Parts: sequence; structure tokens; C-alpha cells
Amino acid sequence: MSSRYLFQFPCAPLFLLALSACVTPQPYDYSAYREHFPRSILVLPPLNETTDIQATYSCLSTITMPLAERGYYVFPVAVVDQLFKENGMPTPGEMHQAPLNKIREIIGADAVLYITIKEYGSSYQVINSATTVTAEAKLVDTVSGTALWQGTVSAQDNSAGTGSIIGDLVSAFLTQVISESTDHAYEICRLANIQLGTRSDGLLPGPYDPGYGTN
Amino acid sequence: MRHLRPLLLATPALALLLSGCAAPTIYYWGQYEDTLFASYAAPGEMPPERQVELLEEDRQKARSENTPLPPGFNAQLGYLYYQLGMTDEARQSFEIEKALFPESAVLMDRLLASMVVK
Repeated sequence: MSSRYLFQFPCAPLFLLALSACVTPQPYDYSAYREHFPRSILVLPPLNETTDIQATYSCLSTITMPLAERGYYVFPVAVVDQLFKENGMPTPGEMHQAPLNKIREIIGADAVLYITIKEYGSSYQVINSATTVTAEAKLVDTVSGTALWQGTVSAQDNSAGTGSIIGDLVSAFLTQVISESTDHAYEICRLANIQLGTRSDGLLPGPYDPGYGTN
Repeated sequence: MRHLRPLLLATPALALLLSGCAAPTIYYWGQYEDTLFASYAAPGEMPPERQVELLEEDRQKARSENTPLPPGFNAQLGYLYYQLGMTDEARQSFEIEKALFPESAVLMDRLLASMVVK
């Protein structure tokens, strides 16, 4: 064996390490997030890749609470939606193409949350009904265009047809106004959205959260 | 499917609880998000007048519970007043949003300025 081979050999363990890094889950890399930490988040109406036309506005209506409770300023979602519509962007697809510098200039948002709904709806069986909502989310800095965070949230509910205390807490005016299957997917979307703030690899605590800047 | 109905709805607070986040919330949420959703899902049943009524109820409850209203709430209320032609109330709500959350200043100033023009 020549000395040339001996010199090359020590590189092998490094190479193996690099390979294994692809397999073991890594802790979420928040370095870009911390570098461009946003105070305010603009949520655009989600892109809808499902066949249920309610998906976009059902998920948009339930996105403010998880982000605000995580400590961020969240722009009024319906006002922003209307603003885009009045400026020649009537669909989520067009809104998602809006230039970041314009969004920053006109609305003053630090970051934009882009959501794509992948699954939304119920499958009914004899006794059970299963409702699933899955969405991909990406938070982007409006100054640099850098992706600060991205992930997939999903929630499913398998409701058995038995009585439950949950029924006592039903919000009265919604039951009168909207069909029950729509109501249900709306609540499941809320559960999926909540994961943005509660999961361990989710959004970091924002400026209005007591835990801001501690981790 | 009638018997399923009791299971099909949960209040936002309950949803938070179910997700394992039982910590007290920062803001008073009331009917804000449900009103938003209803305005999209059943606009005929949820005209701006009705939305204003529900949000004004929330505003009073939040005050009596001494809990702040969430980001966007006063901006949404202002926008509804603006749609109803009640510009003084609209202006006041936009100013409140801006005072509570300085992050909203660019958008609130834009809305306030557009009202002057119209």
C-alpha cells in the first residue's frame, strides 16, 4: 500500500458521517429565521389543490389565532384579501405571485405566510366520519426573499357517532348558518393551523409572546 | 347524519385545549374567526351589519373581561364600518388598530388616506 492511499483513508469516516446526516432527523435550522426575525406576518389566502371550494377561506379564517397567540402581529386577513382583489388579483394564485417588495411597501409586512392546501374534506362511512386537512406552509422574509420557515401541518378527526360533551359547546350561530360538513372541515383546519405555533419545530415565539428571544 | 352534529363543532378555546395547548390565551377571540368564516361561507346570512353587531358584542365582552382584542380585529371592524358608509367609526377603528399594534401603521395609514379621497 502506498503512502498516497494511507493519506486518503482518513477521509472515509467523514464521508460516512455526511451520508448518515441525510438519514437522521436534524433539529430545525432556525438561523435564517433568527437573522430576519419578523414582528408582523401577512397571510395570503391559501392556494387550494383540493376540489372543495370552501378550503381556502375556511383555512384563512382560522389562521390568525395560532399566529397571534404565538406572539406575532397578523394583518387583518379579510381586509388584505379585499385589498388584493380590488387591485386586480382576484385569486389566491395571483396573490401568491405578488412581488415581495410591493407587499412590504403597500402593507408594511415583515414576512408573508404562503399556504397550499393539499387535503381538505370528509369521507363518510356508516358509523364514522373522517375529516382530514393537510397544508404546506412557508414563511418568507419580505426584505431578502429568504424562506424563514417551512413545514407541513395536518389534522384528522375520526368522529364516532356517539353523544359527546363537545356538543354542549357548539357555537350557536354557525350551526344555523352553515352546513355541518363545512363546519367540521373548518374546525379541522383550525386544528391543523394551530400546529404552526404548538409543534416543537414550528414558528418561534414572536415579539408579543413572553418567551420571545429566549430560545 | 343528524346525530353527528354535536361532534361537528368545537369552540376555538376547545380546539386549543384539544391540541394540547391549554395555556391561557393572550387575546379575547370571541366570535371574530367564526364571523370571518361565516362571511365567506354564507355571505347572505352574514352581511356587514350582522358582522359589526357580533364584533361589537365581542368588544364589550373583551372590555368587561379586561382582555385585549387580537391583531386585525379593529381593522376588520373599521373595514366593515367603511363598507356601511360609517366613516367616523371606520376611522376610529383604524386608529385603534394602529395604536394597539404599530406594525399595522403602513396599512392603516393607507386605509385612512383612501377614505379621505373617497
